[in-house]
Amino acid sequence: MIQSLLFILVAGVSGWFAWKGFSRVWRNIQLGKPEKISGNTSQRWRNVLLVAMGQQKMFKNWLPAVLHLFIYVAFVITQVELIEIFVDGIFGTHRFFAPYLGAFYTFVISSIEVLSVLAFVATIIFLSRRNLLRIARFQKPEMKGFPSRDANLILLGEIILITGIFCMNGGDKVLQARGVEHYHLTGDFAVSTWLGPLLFGGMSNGAVVIIERFGWWLHIFTVFGFICYLPYSKHLHIILAFPNTWYARLTAKGHMENMPEIQLEVRIMMGLPPLTPADGGESAPDGNPSGELPEFGANDVFSLSWHNILQAYSCTECGRCTAACPANITGKKLSPRKVMMDVRDRAEEVGAAIASGRQAVAAYDDGKSLFDRITPEELHACTTCNACVEACPVLINPLDIILQMRRHEILTQSAGPAEWLPMFNAIENAGAAWAMSEPREAWRDA
Amino acid sequence: MAEMAAQGKSPEILFWVGCAGSFDARAQKVTRALCEILNHAEVEFAILGSEERCTGDPARRAGNEFLFQMTATTNIETLNMYGVKKIVTACPHCFNILKNEYPELGGHYEVVHHTQLINELIVNGNLKLKEGGDFKGQRITYHDSCYLGRANDVYEVPRALLESLDVDLVEMKRSRKNGLCCGAGGAQMWKEDEPGDKRISLERIEEALETNPTAVVANCPFCLTMLQDGLKAKEKNEQIPVYDLSEMILSRL
Repeated sequence: MIQSLLFILVAGVSGWFAWKGFSRVWRNIQLGKPEKISGNTSQRWRNVLLVAMGQQKMFKNWLPAVLHLFIYVAFVITQVELIEIFVDGIFGTHRFFAPYLGAFYTFVISSIEVLSVLAFVATIIFLSRRNLLRIARFQKPEMKGFPSRDANLILLGEIILITGIFCMNGGDKVLQARGVEHYHLTGDFAVSTWLGPLLFGGMSNGAVVIIERFGWWLHIFTVFGFICYLPYSKHLHIILAFPNTWYARLTAKGHMENMPEIQLEVRIMMGLPPLTPADGGESAPDGNPSGELPEFGANDVFSLSWHNILQAYSCTECGRCTAACPANITGKKLSPRKVMMDVRDRAEEVGAAIASGRQAVAAYDDGKSLFDRITPEELHACTTCNACVEACPVLINPLDIILQMRRHEILTQSAGPAEWLPMFNAIENAGAAWAMSEPREAWRDA
Repeated sequence: MAEMAAQGKSPEILFWVGCAGSFDARAQKVTRALCEILNHAEVEFAILGSEERCTGDPARRAGNEFLFQMTATTNIETLNMYGVKKIVTACPHCFNILKNEYPELGGHYEVVHHTQLINELIVNGNLKLKEGGDFKGQRITYHDSCYLGRANDVYEVPRALLESLDVDLVEMKRSRKNGLCCGAGGAQMWKEDEPGDKRISLERIEEALETNPTAVVANCPFCLTMLQDGLKAKEKNEQIPVYDLSEMILSRL
């Protein structure tokens, strides 16, 4: 009875904290501009099933892919056990499903145990890849401090969770074998049937009951802690990978987003009618009723699309983008992962200021922008090669943000590398990317 | 194009030469090679000549959308005036922007890269390659340009051409989807590299040299420049040539 009340209390409190955290993320994503993303649902389902659920893109690098798969499958299948833990927790039952499911129950729990062992091994290898082998992509400057701690904390949580599972099941098996009341028979579990007696066989019944209860509570406490921690962690990808792959752009990677408002301006300037959707153009955007000078490109979360911010929150900082980036490989400051982290951190900063009442959404001005985090030097190092886009296992597009910020720099700030000015002038005045004295067809006479 | 239009002819294909193909001495050779190949295959084609303008790719990638929209709209007006249906280009940047970004501005054409067109001509029997030739059995490595490769998923057609040349194709560690950029894209061609440890072109050519090739092959005028710069820095430019695929095909006609 006391255990049931305690369980309901803990579940309620962590549910409330998780709700707060997830609504914060939801609100921060809404800080972006509205953008309608729809169409081609079959391709979108394909992406969700193959890329998010099937982890297709992870398998470019098979070792981390297999290890990650162990943890992922263990996590998914453990949810079955979690349902039982909830039932037992609330009603004070013990292994509620066991009598109803019989041999199938034994099979499910055995599968969870085998996968938990695999996940345990994977976690140990992941921890050593980060902290002992020090794989290069985990050691970049943007990983200093919280991002590295965040990763280790999650891996540590994984180890605690698995420890809980085996204390719980192992203790249970010992108590079952001794015929202790309340611990009814559940069949032989793949691991704990031998691991339980090995670890706890020499202990008294009372001590083993304590271990079994400790394991049960440790498991559920870790799960609740994990749910509350998720919205503050890079580990949010376990949820957001799904919507993120659904909303991923389906056009060729080489396609850069059009700016219909500038298209309209230019056509008016050239004395041409606006393009209609029948011509393949988008419908003309509405005018600018405020009469203020419009801002082009993006310098803050408000001028990015909500989709860009969703992508920033979906990023788990694995750094495959940065490891593939030609600029980063050759020692330039640009890191596509950092671009995503900067957008997320700025959304957090802006969101916190609004939530605390210090700032209003409509007239937000804290004197800062994305340019305080992402410098022109980083933006100018990009070759638009799409290696980062190709590398991302959950279809995040850092290039889109880089290009929107370049647009802001050139169109709104009239800044950018001075070396580009001759190129701009040549295109405008001579119709060529270089100012040349000979005619365009001179190559025919050579 | 203007001359043909005046004669009431509408050629089946427009060759979009591009700025590099028009003005860069190295790329001009590729332009002439492609013309010879098209003539050899008796493809009726035209160029826009002085009516062609930069597609706007470097301007757009640099962030200058106004300039891009101006130059692209002018080009589309010209192309639509001549009723152009199909375009071939030897530049993957022109290819990408004509194919993927001009439609939203009202320019709808069938756009092919020259490696695709050449492959099509060979498959259809319009181009017959002579036996033997300089490249048979040679160790050659192929550099995927970002704008043909990742941007448009064209990986196998250029490799099919290399196969028809009977070369011994050796892949670099990073190839196809994982290919490493030459360093020129995104308007980098028009500026110095940002501060760093080394130039991207050097990183790429070092990887190419690891395959111990007799020649490096590319499909993009900017890659040609960058890879050659890299070879110069390595003092290997005398021994190892950088070819465009069309030049290798031409040697076998």
